[in-house]
Amino acid sequence: MALSTEDVRDIAKLAKLQINEDELDRYKQDLSRILEFVEQMNQADVENVEPMAHPQDMMQPLRVDEIAETNQREKFQQIAPATQDGLYLVPKVID
Amino acid sequence: MHKLTIAQQAKALAAKEFSSKELVSHYIQRIESHDEQLNSFVTFTPERAIENAKQADSRGAQGGILNGIPIALKDIFCTDGIKTTCASRMLDNFIAPYDATVVTKLNEAGAVSLGKTNMDEFAMGSSSESSYYGVVKNPWDTGRVPGGSSGGSAAAVAARLAPASMGTDTGGSIRQPAALCGITGLKPTYGRVSRYGMIAYASSLDQGGPFGISSEDCAYMLQAIAGHDARDSTSVDQAVPDYIAGLNESVKGLRIGLPEEFFQEGLDPGIAEKIRQACDVLKNLGCEIKPISLPNARLAIAAYYVIAPAECSSNLSRFDGVRYGYRCEKPKDLEDMYSRSRSEGLGEEVKRRIMVGAYALSAGYYDAYYLKAQKIRRLISEDYKAAFADVDAVLSPTTPTTAFKVNEKSDDPITMYLSDIYTIGVNLAGLPGISLPVGFEQDLPVGMQLVSNYFDEQTLLNLGHQYQQLTDHHLQMPKEFE
Repeated sequence: MALSTEDVRDIAKLAKLQINEDELDRYKQDLSRILEFVEQMNQADVENVEPMAHPQDMMQPLRVDEIAETNQREKFQQIAPATQDGLYLVPKVID
Repeated sequence: MHKLTIAQQAKALAAKEFSSKELVSHYIQRIESHDEQLNSFVTFTPERAIENAKQADSRGAQGGILNGIPIALKDIFCTDGIKTTCASRMLDNFIAPYDATVVTKLNEAGAVSLGKTNMDEFAMGSSSESSYYGVVKNPWDTGRVPGGSSGGSAAAVAARLAPASMGTDTGGSIRQPAALCGITGLKPTYGRVSRYGMIAYASSLDQGGPFGISSEDCAYMLQAIAGHDARDSTSVDQAVPDYIAGLNESVKGLRIGLPEEFFQEGLDPGIAEKIRQACDVLKNLGCEIKPISLPNARLAIAAYYVIAPAECSSNLSRFDGVRYGYRCEKPKDLEDMYSRSRSEGLGEEVKRRIMVGAYALSAGYYDAYYLKAQKIRRLISEDYKAAFADVDAVLSPTTPTTAFKVNEKSDDPITMYLSDIYTIGVNLAGLPGISLPVGFEQDLPVGMQLVSNYFDEQTLLNLGHQYQQLTDHHLQMPKEFE
């Protein structure tokens, strides 16, 4: 699957990555190559095959809705880039 | 002291031949003298190690099965109060605020951590060349790679800078470095070892596991870390057998399958010869060797390089500069903060895989890529299931070549991906696999892989131990580091 430069820009946007103009071409080539490579998958007949998401087809185990953890916000926020009043600070979103 | 296995060290500590403090100090000295050549450690913690060694000494017989034994941890396991980087600029400033379950369990067993080892960034790679902290070298030839992504953990044990270490394996990242470094490495069954606190790459494939000099040492490590964890909802509530007692069971009559797809013309003749010799040893032990077929094995790499990137694109979306890790300077707005923090913090291979994953999951492509890959995954699992109706273990080389030179494969991602050919299907199926050293080809280690059925690590460790009673490849170490 050969990607276009526009495709790469779109994917980068989805993935919240910034690809510079001078890098676009290399990523386009690498990604196209990988996608071409995985097209080998089309050799298999998967018509009536169930997809497998978990090696033992396990389901999400459930537990009783009781509080089991303690709030450690202060400890976890010690390593944050910017906080205030227990909140994480980021550049202004709404004007 | 560094030539001793864990089993021997544990006996010596119990008999008070030396103390944990002496043992740990010995390794600290070795790391200080030798690691500059290898770059196997990201964060070396000698003071903590000495403190913990002293505590182990006072615990004495009251300590766990690894009491006083030094180990190293791949820098993907969160360690409370200690830098945990995943070899990425993104986490260069990340001091983990909690211990991974594996770390807690190793601490409870009395093990003493020497530090955090180097790896491919975010566990994505087969050579440990993509680390933010520089390339890891293979102690058998420092112009060559140790393999990846757990290269630091493998190199450290190979050079005896630690008797054992922890790695993680998503597509072969324990088994392949074990093979290239001439040591033993085990990937447990998916769900056998808790992933809580193990920074996620591909959640349906990742599994933490040990490196050791011997299969016996891997059994000690697995005994300490295996078990259900309520904090990891993919961990399985299955009883943990006594792996150590199981080592001495006879392997007579065990049936071992050789997949014909893995023994075709392309296989390096030197490696083929070592595998043949290993099969002879297994026959002498009374094992039956027979041909089997894994017809869909050839599609494993393609399926993996859709599934793993897809899962990684989801897992790595948490690295956004908001709550921890790298945040770019002077962000213009929120979008800029997200995309620049990620682009500046993450390396090339990581970004490549995130983008492949995002594409494979996007509207219009999900069926053609991700869903199809999950179906192939089912086919590969079914192949192994059919094989295990007939055999107790599946045998193959671990890698198609011995350790390649630094930079030899870093130009083309696909060339690197192809080195996972024997290991990758095992992760897709979720089965346990071990790599055992079986000799040398032009002075470089060769590894053999054994794969068994779900939760049957016992058979792998047992076969490994019995094989290692009759051979001494696992006791070899590079002369330069003796």
